[in-house]
Amino acid sequence: MRTKKKIVVIGNGMVGHKFMQAIAKENNANEFELITFCEESRLAYDRVQLSSYFSGRTAEELSLVEPGFYEDNDITVHIGDRANHIDRDKQVVTSEKGVSVEYDKLVLATGSSPFVPPIPGHDRENCFVYRTIDDLEKISAAGKKAKSGAVIGGGLLGLEAAKALKDMNLETHVIQFSSRLMNMQIDEGGGSMLSEKMEEMGVRIHTNKNTSLIEEGKNAVHKLNFADGESIEADIILFSPGIRPRDELARECSIETGERGGIVINDQCQTSDENIYAIGECALWEGMIYGLVAPGYNMAQVAADQLIGKDNAFKGADMSTKLKLMGVDVASIGDAHANTKGSKVFTYVNGPEQVYKKIVVNEDCTRLLGAVLIGDANDYGNLLQLKLNDIALPETPDALILPQRDGAVAGIGVDALPDTAQICSCFDVSKGALCTAVSDGATTMAAIKECTSASTGCGGCTALVGQVLNKELEKMGVEVNTDLCEHFPYTRQDLYTLIRVNEIKSFDDLIEQHGSGHGCEICKPTAASIFASCWNDYILEENHVGLQDTNDRYLGNIQKNGTYSIVPRIPGGEITPDKLIVLGQVAKKYNLYTKITGGQRVDLFGARLEELPDIWKELIDAGFETGHAYGKSLRTVKSCVGSTWCRYGVDDSVGTAIELENRYKGLRSPHKIKFAVSGCTRECAEAQSKDVGIIATENGWNLYVCGNGGMKPRHADLLATDLDRETLIKYIDRFLMFYVKTADRLQRTATWMNNLEGGLDYLREVIINDSLGLSAQLEKEMQSLIGTYQCEWKTTIEDPEKIKAFKPFVNANTADSNIVFVEERAQIRPANDDERKQLANA
Amino acid sequence: MQTAQQENITWHDICAISEIPKDAGVAALVEGQQIALFSIAKTSQVFAIANYDPFSEANVLARGIIGSIGEALVVASPIYKQHFDLTTGQCLEDETVAVESYPVRIDNDRVYIGLTV
Repeated sequence: MRTKKKIVVIGNGMVGHKFMQAIAKENNANEFELITFCEESRLAYDRVQLSSYFSGRTAEELSLVEPGFYEDNDITVHIGDRANHIDRDKQVVTSEKGVSVEYDKLVLATGSSPFVPPIPGHDRENCFVYRTIDDLEKISAAGKKAKSGAVIGGGLLGLEAAKALKDMNLETHVIQFSSRLMNMQIDEGGGSMLSEKMEEMGVRIHTNKNTSLIEEGKNAVHKLNFADGESIEADIILFSPGIRPRDELARECSIETGERGGIVINDQCQTSDENIYAIGECALWEGMIYGLVAPGYNMAQVAADQLIGKDNAFKGADMSTKLKLMGVDVASIGDAHANTKGSKVFTYVNGPEQVYKKIVVNEDCTRLLGAVLIGDANDYGNLLQLKLNDIALPETPDALILPQRDGAVAGIGVDALPDTAQICSCFDVSKGALCTAVSDGATTMAAIKECTSASTGCGGCTALVGQVLNKELEKMGVEVNTDLCEHFPYTRQDLYTLIRVNEIKSFDDLIEQHGSGHGCEICKPTAASIFASCWNDYILEENHVGLQDTNDRYLGNIQKNGTYSIVPRIPGGEITPDKLIVLGQVAKKYNLYTKITGGQRVDLFGARLEELPDIWKELIDAGFETGHAYGKSLRTVKSCVGSTWCRYGVDDSVGTAIELENRYKGLRSPHKIKFAVSGCTRECAEAQSKDVGIIATENGWNLYVCGNGGMKPRHADLLATDLDRETLIKYIDRFLMFYVKTADRLQRTATWMNNLEGGLDYLREVIINDSLGLSAQLEKEMQSLIGTYQCEWKTTIEDPEKIKAFKPFVNANTADSNIVFVEERAQIRPANDDERKQLANA
Repeated sequence: MQTAQQENITWHDICAISEIPKDAGVAALVEGQQIALFSIAKTSQVFAIANYDPFSEANVLARGIIGSIGEALVVASPIYKQHFDLTTGQCLEDETVAVESYPVRIDNDRVYIGLTV
């Protein structure tokens, strides 16, 4: 037997992990054995999103390693163990803990470390770097006792760190050595606009400051003294003036390194030792260190391809970047500083709106060389494509950045892009790959995201991906039609607005003013649902009854044989023995098949139309209410037993669940809505699979949204953490009404979120930061719905005219002889065809 | 209203027109046959087709939502949503499937269904 080739990877960061994924994908023949050393106590996680740890994302959520990945691929991981020596002659790596492993090929993915300047006092307590989750945990712990913090370094990473301080509600200072923020990526004009915006958000920016001494402060832990004689005080200091490649292992075994650090590699990512590769931030290619993740991923693929035997080479990478810093768009493309000889510059500055845009073009103004965008980076995708694909510019290049006030379309249009153009740089998705996905049937944004991963990373390419999608659909002759149905040339969201703004209260008025024809089974229930969401009238009112789907019309869930099932509300799943007995008695009296549902309720099946009012009368007399199991509306709020009984419980999940269920019961929405509340992080209520999930922590409630079980399971996203009850309810009010207002017909919250441009971040902006200025209105609308709640079954059984609608026949009280049951496991079930015939003949 | 083959038809008095909910349906039992009646308020018309849904094999068509597809007035089955033409009983999704349709007469605000003798 041929022995396996042993590949040892030193470093389990984003790039090291990517490399192993690339090998594992091609390792069908089990040709390679992978071993990795991971210095940190955690496997690879998303360092790019590190600052989101402070806005609520957990270490688990940052993880990049799919559960089972290392096990399934037989990868040995030495976690919490640093490789500290390479013997190149014997081809052996040894570690701090004394492990030694032979290798055939060795990959160095050691990354970089933050540079801490040797300022006297830099080693005082409460001085940190900002690189690992461990660092963040320390910062977070210190932050709880601090009032203020200062970041030394105003580059990209420094500003990320400043955001973390801001998220901890600390008075935040940024100390920058040079004259502007992000001096590597953006120019003077952009830098000052960025400073202005940051200052407005309460971040104090100190430029041209050289910190010379850190000592004991008077009013805070530290005093930072600057070379110009000025000083400030802060409780926490974060060092982020730059990074240094971690090349010490390579140096020690005499692999070639650069003068200013970095392990020298060739186009194949090989170091001066042909059996040793270096990838990511530790590697030096043609004198360049690439401190971004995309080039690192690219190197990982190149190195993997070498080992697999595929032709591939690293040819440098574009360092353009786009990010959001504390809500401010910042983007830099190519030659942002106009360093190219003869280059010319166009600038657009909008003072009141704080937007700064600059493009750098070549001497004859025909090609784009670089750009800087602050405050509005919507043009980023277009501009980047122009540069990367060397596309000829329009005659007046400034049109690319001037606001389009007359509705004209700026930019190039995706048609001008070659198929090889990279649209999504996070996942390296080309225009060609998107086009193929569309022609293979991915005809919605959600489908594209799912099959190509495009625009699921930073989201910077969302608009472009959308344009490619629409163009392709157009070419395929698929009209991009978002009309609800043939009767209304509007989306559900449009109809919602029309109904709300014009106070339309009947379908006749709606179709007369805005539609045509007689309506159908799509627009009628949609309109009925919107009427209910806006005005909350009784859904069986004369004007509405014909609009309702059969379930809503008869307030039950129709089953395959035309009978209905009945689900009384059991808020939070809490029920008294007496009520439980009533359910049993009713089920027995009417001979109903009885089953416990997934939402902690009891479902009674097999009720004939004419039996429904009698059954409900008994249930209501016993104190039950309708459970809206038939409606596109709030279903259940599931809960675990919580702190009242559970020895691990942190808060009262049952009480909260009952309060929420009673608050939102009856809310009609684009689709059904499910909640759950867990009393601790053990999560026994499975809240993270619900539209709204709430989990108790020591510091308050964590709010998750847009999860889903069912056909396409989706883990809910953490919207906000450590909320008190009042804020929790406020956010849920806003979230639900925003969903009701903007979702498509029959769109669950999970799909809705996938289709929202900007996704979770956008939702946070709207719901927490009130970026659309809608919050007060959403809360008011919700309050009005809560105030007008009624139990539809109670209203129905109190009105003899309404009860008539449940007669089996308008002209007879005979029961439908076609409904036949047989017995199975001591309960009824609908007879199948053969059984029905047999019974008829008997 | 519809008077085809008048001589072979027996008319059955079913209900008052007000007993059919606006723009919706009810079921009626005539000579052991289940019939779905639908009213269209805008044109004051009443239509009658069989109540039996051949796809779900249940008597439910009267509980479907009515509306129009193009020029055709239709009901959508409440179970699997196939459409049936209210005038002819023809299924729009499957040309081999149709349900019985019945003539309707309105007299003195009473609704009559005609059954062929």
